[in-house]
Amino acid sequence: MSRLKGTFQELFRYPSAVIGMLIILGLIFIAIYAVIRIPYHEAIRLWRGGEGVWDEYPRLSPPAWYNWFSRRKAPETIVLKSARGDGEKVVEELSEISKAITITFTFEYRYDEFPSELVVFFKPTYPPVESPRQSFVSLTWITPDGREIPLNKFNLRPREVYHLSQDNALIRKLVKYVPEGVTLHEQELIPEKVLFLAPQKETPTPLKGEYTLVIRGTTFEAAADIDATFVSYGKLYGWAGTDHYRRDLMVALLWGAPVALAFGLLAALGTTITTMVIAAIGTWFGGAVDGVIQRITEVNMVLPLLPILIMVGTLYQRSIWVMLGLVILLSIFGSGIKTYRAVFLQIKESSYIEAARAYGASNWRIIFVYMVPRIIPMLIPQMVVLIPSYVFLEASLAYLGLGDPTLPTWGKIINDANVGGALNNRQYYWVLEPAILLMITGLGFTMVGYALDRIFNPRLREM
Amino acid sequence: MSSASSVAVGEQPLTRVKARSPWLETLRRISLYTVVRVIFLFITVVISVYLTILIANMGGYVDKMQEGEIAERVAMRIMADPVMRQLPVEKRNQIMEEMVQVERKRLGLDTPFFVRSLLYLRNALTLNLGHSQKMTSDSGSRQVRLILLERLPSTLVLFATSNLLLFFMSVFIALMLSRTYGSFFDRLIIALSPTSAAPGWFYGIFLILIFAGLLGILPFGGMVDAPPPPTPLEYALSLLKHLILPVSALLISTGAVSIYNWRTFFLIYSSEDYVEMAKAKGLPSRMIERRYILRPTMPTIVTSFALTLLNLWGGAIILETVFNWPGLGRLYYQAIGLVDTPVIVAETVIYAYLLAITVFMLDFVYALIDPRVKVGEGAKQ
Repeated sequence: MSRLKGTFQELFRYPSAVIGMLIILGLIFIAIYAVIRIPYHEAIRLWRGGEGVWDEYPRLSPPAWYNWFSRRKAPETIVLKSARGDGEKVVEELSEISKAITITFTFEYRYDEFPSELVVFFKPTYPPVESPRQSFVSLTWITPDGREIPLNKFNLRPREVYHLSQDNALIRKLVKYVPEGVTLHEQELIPEKVLFLAPQKETPTPLKGEYTLVIRGTTFEAAADIDATFVSYGKLYGWAGTDHYRRDLMVALLWGAPVALAFGLLAALGTTITTMVIAAIGTWFGGAVDGVIQRITEVNMVLPLLPILIMVGTLYQRSIWVMLGLVILLSIFGSGIKTYRAVFLQIKESSYIEAARAYGASNWRIIFVYMVPRIIPMLIPQMVVLIPSYVFLEASLAYLGLGDPTLPTWGKIINDANVGGALNNRQYYWVLEPAILLMITGLGFTMVGYALDRIFNPRLREM
Repeated sequence: MSSASSVAVGEQPLTRVKARSPWLETLRRISLYTVVRVIFLFITVVISVYLTILIANMGGYVDKMQEGEIAERVAMRIMADPVMRQLPVEKRNQIMEEMVQVERKRLGLDTPFFVRSLLYLRNALTLNLGHSQKMTSDSGSRQVRLILLERLPSTLVLFATSNLLLFFMSVFIALMLSRTYGSFFDRLIIALSPTSAAPGWFYGIFLILIFAGLLGILPFGGMVDAPPPPTPLEYALSLLKHLILPVSALLISTGAVSIYNWRTFFLIYSSEDYVEMAKAKGLPSRMIERRYILRPTMPTIVTSFALTLLNLWGGAIILETVFNWPGLGRLYYQAIGLVDTPVIVAETVIYAYLLAITVFMLDFVYALIDPRVKVGEGAKQ
């Protein structure tokens, strides 16, 4: 125990080790925070949720803090839900079965760029009859300077989603609503631009101020009701941005930490300990046992680890725990055996081992109680240095598209980004966020590992 | 390797003075050693390929591949036969079924798995790797062997360039640093050594981002420009331009740490008594380095280099994928995407071979530079 304390005190003498330990502590903190804040099932739902979970996030948006470094403020997403009490909803009885429902959404728009998409999600309620008479809505847009632009009118199907940007009828008549003094190219005649245009501007700029969307609906069934959600998709989102499925990258960035730490730690522990025990057994028994172990190690060196993992991932299962088991299994007879063997050969000759043998200690007692503990100081630095290499192994597999099918990991984000052509499309945040996290993790563990190596192997320290 | 041979040349006059036989002795020693190593490595390859086959066939995938191939071949033969085509469907199906059974028997698919696995082993070892399911070689062939052979040169170009560069660069810089121990660059290398935490492909992403994405001065990936330049010189230049990023990615990830390791190693050896003695005699430092430091450390350097190389083969798969390098690694990636099982299994076998060849080459170099290596001891070390 005092030795452990001494080691820690010595570690503090290396600045790189202190930085490394801070990084590791930070990662552990993130991992714990992630697991508590977003429990496993919630994380899976948020990451693999499919339709409905990510509807209100903008697609492929960089993080919101981009705005801090840019003078032109890019828009953030504005979500208004009538069911939540946003906007104003007025219900007027027309007859026994018919109602007039008016939903008025007003919002401030103070950005220097146009939104990326405009969508209205309708949630009409109908009585549970065979084919209810559908309600009817018409939408009107009112700009801050008081211009009124009629959008469209239609019947409400049970799950109606009105994409303004894809409404061809609207796009065709948009040219009438371009304010005076503004010239637009034909391909610029899109709703998310024209509806926000400020008049008398050389370059198209959004008009800042209070916009209003009025939804006038009429229902034709007694129990019918209308609720709507208006989303003006921004160009930035959250702390981490979103990917091509509109997923919030934050979920995966947070959850990547516990997954990476668990995988790296378990794999490093599993491989070093098994390798060491096998080396100890081989050196102690010597002869045929040692020979067999040596030969297996040599065969194992020629076994291609990553290709075998790839093969298993493609043919059977790509669960992260199967991969973990396989990595440990294939590394039991790793090249580390040769290093440990050299040390054990020395230990085997020491006099305290001879003493143990003299009092009649069993083979296993000598191996596990007298030999193995002696090598642990040498083992710890190697283990710490191995952790990042396994973290990166997981990332490598994920990069090849063989990541765990359910868990969100850093490697999988990089893979998604690569498949989505993020580097070519200049969506650098998508690659850089997970990459920097991986890099920091790697550096943290290696810095501590190298410092430990110098502490435990004094011969290195002189150099 | 030139440094190794130059060391050997430097030592030659000393030995030749005594008699001519040591030269022949060396030759005999090395050839005997080589033969033993080849036999041993072949056994190793056989075992590792056999393990690959066992893993691949755990769910009967290789069997399925074979059956699929038989069915396809039989169907092709029947469709190509005008007499068969005129037969009624039932009759034709019956004949087809019979032919499939005969073929199954011929290939031994009705035998127990153990016998069959030996059969697969023979096929794999003789590189009789079957036909792919979806992928084709550039010449249009579906033979897995041709697909792989077509990709092999590009992989070797990238791998050989980067590793030779890594080796010589590290040894020379490490020697230089061990001379100026404690200098700024020495400390810099120590500070940079944790960069080895990340594999080469990972730095590749950053390099692409900076040099291809932001600056636009180097290509995003690929091996040569498209269309390929007509003259050999332009071709070589274009190849060089495409090599810069992947090679530097690898150097960034492994360079600093290998310089650091070797520097430490040289420092340890240069504090030996015989080095002090040589210094006291007033020998020039170049000679001390060559004869007294490099010579005894070379075997260890080669061993550690061998281990690095073995690890790098795995990393090369992804490095190629990141840089769109048309080699075996990217082929792997494409095969995974298409779930082309024969190609994936064959690639695993090829990688086992490549690893074994790497081990062998390094063993050979090891025998050349270390006079202590004899067959008996060589096998043990």
